[in-house]
Amino acid sequence: MTDTILKSFRPEKLTPKDFKSDQEVKWCPGCGDHGVLNSVQKAMAAMDVPKEKFAVISGIGCSSRFPYYMNTYGFHTIHGRAAAIASGVKSANPDLEILQISGDGDALAIGGNHFIHAIRRNIDMTIILFNNEIYGLTKGQYSPTSKQGMVTKTSPFGTIEQPFHPAELALGAQSKFYSRTIDTNIKLTTELILAGSKHKGTSIIEVLQNCVIYNDGAHTLITDKETKDDFQLLLHHGERMIFGKQRNKGLVLGGNGKLIVVTIGEFGIAEQDVLIHDAHNPDPHMAWLLSNMSAPEYPVALGVIRDVSALSYEEKLVQQIKDVQATATIKCMDDLLNSGDTWDVK
Amino acid sequence: MTQKIKIIEREEVVIRFSGDSGDGMQLTGTQFSDTSALFGNDVATFPDYPAEIRAPQGTVGGVSGFQLHFGHMEVNTPGDFADVLVAMNPAALKANLKWVKASGTIIVNEDSFTAKGIEKAGYDSNPLEDEKLADYNLIKARVTSLTKECLKDSGLDQKSILRSKNMFTLGMVYWMFDRPLDHTEEFLENKFKKYPLVVEGNKMVLRAGYNFAKTIEALPYNFSVAPAKIKKGTYRNITGNKATAWGLIAAAEKAGLELFCGSYPITPATEIFQELAARKDLGVKTFQAEDEIAGICTSIGASFAGCFAVTTTSGPGLALKTEAAGLAVMTELPLVIVNVQRGGPSTGLPTKTEQSDLMQAIHGRSGECPMPVIAASTPSNCFEYAFRAGKIALEHMTPVILLTDGFIANGAEPWRIPKMSDLSPINVPLAKEGDDYQPYARDAEKLNRRWAVPGTKGLEHRIGGLEKMDVTGEVSYVPENHQVMTDIRSERIRRVANYIPDLPVKGNEEADVLVVGWGGTYGHLTTAVRELQKEGKDIALAHFHYIFPLPKNTEEVLKRYKKVIICELNEGQFAEYLRASFQDIKFKQYNKLQGLPFTVIELKERFNQLLEEK
Repeated sequence: MTDTILKSFRPEKLTPKDFKSDQEVKWCPGCGDHGVLNSVQKAMAAMDVPKEKFAVISGIGCSSRFPYYMNTYGFHTIHGRAAAIASGVKSANPDLEILQISGDGDALAIGGNHFIHAIRRNIDMTIILFNNEIYGLTKGQYSPTSKQGMVTKTSPFGTIEQPFHPAELALGAQSKFYSRTIDTNIKLTTELILAGSKHKGTSIIEVLQNCVIYNDGAHTLITDKETKDDFQLLLHHGERMIFGKQRNKGLVLGGNGKLIVVTIGEFGIAEQDVLIHDAHNPDPHMAWLLSNMSAPEYPVALGVIRDVSALSYEEKLVQQIKDVQATATIKCMDDLLNSGDTWDVK
Repeated sequence: MTQKIKIIEREEVVIRFSGDSGDGMQLTGTQFSDTSALFGNDVATFPDYPAEIRAPQGTVGGVSGFQLHFGHMEVNTPGDFADVLVAMNPAALKANLKWVKASGTIIVNEDSFTAKGIEKAGYDSNPLEDEKLADYNLIKARVTSLTKECLKDSGLDQKSILRSKNMFTLGMVYWMFDRPLDHTEEFLENKFKKYPLVVEGNKMVLRAGYNFAKTIEALPYNFSVAPAKIKKGTYRNITGNKATAWGLIAAAEKAGLELFCGSYPITPATEIFQELAARKDLGVKTFQAEDEIAGICTSIGASFAGCFAVTTTSGPGLALKTEAAGLAVMTELPLVIVNVQRGGPSTGLPTKTEQSDLMQAIHGRSGECPMPVIAASTPSNCFEYAFRAGKIALEHMTPVILLTDGFIANGAEPWRIPKMSDLSPINVPLAKEGDDYQPYARDAEKLNRRWAVPGTKGLEHRIGGLEKMDVTGEVSYVPENHQVMTDIRSERIRRVANYIPDLPVKGNEEADVLVVGWGGTYGHLTTAVRELQKEGKDIALAHFHYIFPLPKNTEEVLKRYKKVIICELNEGQFAEYLRASFQDIKFKQYNKLQGLPFTVIELKERFNQLLEEK
């Protein structure tokens, strides 16, 4: 899969090394961020985009140090506002390839407003959302994605807050591209970054990321070698949603509109009964069901969950300006100054 | 009927139109000022309206007013007191009577003085029948019923008929001041192009009002105000907000950059954003953000990407933009932040004027965070100072705050249109492909860094809010470096003073009293000082447009005078700032916080007092 996507881009002479800056990477040893950095550099090298056309924009948080480690144009901004700044960059110069780096606190708490509005406008950029369900940089407070009941420094008796499911939030804001990966799966992450970059509009890549210091093992059930095959569903458009160690588990739609996990060969279930993944379905209903599956009841959906094409904000902005200019009588400032009601004093 | 009515020659006249906020008073006032400007008078206007879209009808709180001042001479203020008040209902009379000159003319819509209307306005008895108005020239016109009568066969519905009653009073005032109707007729034809009935109806009512005024004998005289002697050229009427928008577009064109404005609607700054949004023909990109923070952040992003970026707001919006403004200072990106000041704090008086964001503009950010602050002073010079704000931002690579206020933003005046070729060039320090580029390497004179726009090959670099190493721009926690960078940020803004004009003084260099003002109080201060000078008083005026940094001759000017009085529509923020800057000068203050501009009368009173003090 990765290879086919890689080949669909024109092979570039750039290598991942070209995207490494001379700055020392200061994340904790074992942090999931390292894997994502690696994936991003691989994906960029594979894209048909000259190096100077990349702009990597981040907010605040551990992951948001990312731009400093990239040898591209980069902007490390302020807490929660990366989406707004990236929206301005892309609107100002639609030729740029924009990557936004945000954590779950940055994008979904302080920056929640900008996150949903960037998606609503469908600004063409790829948002990598590092979800470790904790505040790392401020040293261990719960985040908007922390599981209810979680004990942290600011919830010593367990959080009483309902967590956000990032996908639900994004789909509610009419997200056209939603995908999910795991920090350690560099191949999948690279593939998704390429797919997200190809998609015209806001592409979200949720990375289930491990914080070794403050929330180690948050995603163990999904990532552990022993259990991962039973709790990961890797989606491919047009293919049946089959998973499991024995590749004998699948998803079917129950009469109540809910997804049901079935075992092929049991109770008369055959392979052709298992649902086929349609990432391009304009109706978001199935994407909603798939993206909200959580372990242990369900496998967690990885890969491209939704990929529906639509015009992006900056395309429409540029077009509108062209349309207005085509018939406009005012072509420059002098025209404007002298337009309308003027009079001469002699 | 046709007897020749006495004509009184006047130097200047002030008219105040007032009525319910749905009565069309802003439109009536604008029409009269446009017509007067076309006639050749100098004009200044002051719209005054409630914050509610439709405040309770017939109450004092719902009164909307529009005052205009036109003259045969230079007019700098909308005038303190009105020669003529138009009051469409008892509430309008109640709210505005105190602004009418002794023995002035009051035109009332008699139909609205019903028992209910009188009670709603808070009067105990009908004011038209008691002694209160005996000293005025009261003209009672049955505006509503005459309008209805005039349009009974027009085919218009009742609502549209009632809506056109403002044209009746406009017609009356046109006759009183001997003004032609054609400009307003043309306006109606354009505005209601799709509704010929409405055009005809309004024109009929306008003429009916004109003829009514001509016919009745209640008008003992009419006024004649000769055209003003003004400089040759092409003129137009312009409001401060429109002039600000145009100044920003002009700066972008001069710099050869695209204009980007990320903003969020807020009174009274909104029209700037609206005007920019309408200028797609000139390639202006506007972005209606989800909040004020996103407004400035999209602009910072656009600036990073190579646009001339601006964001527009009013008081509480500037408070929200604060953190991002700090980012723009740290990253040394060009940006113009326009703050149209309004009454504060908090939501305060959103439709009223004040100058109380000065300290917020100079200091209101975290850390040592200097940025230039400049202020426009009249509706039309908002163009010039918006342009200059753009020039400073782009040439010095810094965010700049441009202060205007509700009074000049909504006010209008005739403006001699400049030619783009007359404006100064804007030289943008762009880094080019092949340059040896370090993000924080600096120009020796201005100390600005160069702007390497994403997409330029070979200049890839990273910027951000963390402290940067001098020259290289790498993240740095080195203590000595923070001192160096803080000093540079401060010094480079101080050096903007090398590129701005000296502070001019109007009047005698050795005068007894120096009046000091800044921003939108210019018209009132100028008029008050000029009138006193005409009376032979020893007084001069220094009005500031450049607040931070101050013009280089500021101390020298202030030290020349025995008594210096600082006048502001706040509790003394500029005074405090000048005291901190020049500790051995004694300053006196005159301050007002009523959501209203100064009046010339109160200023003259205070200055006279000061002139007499030993």
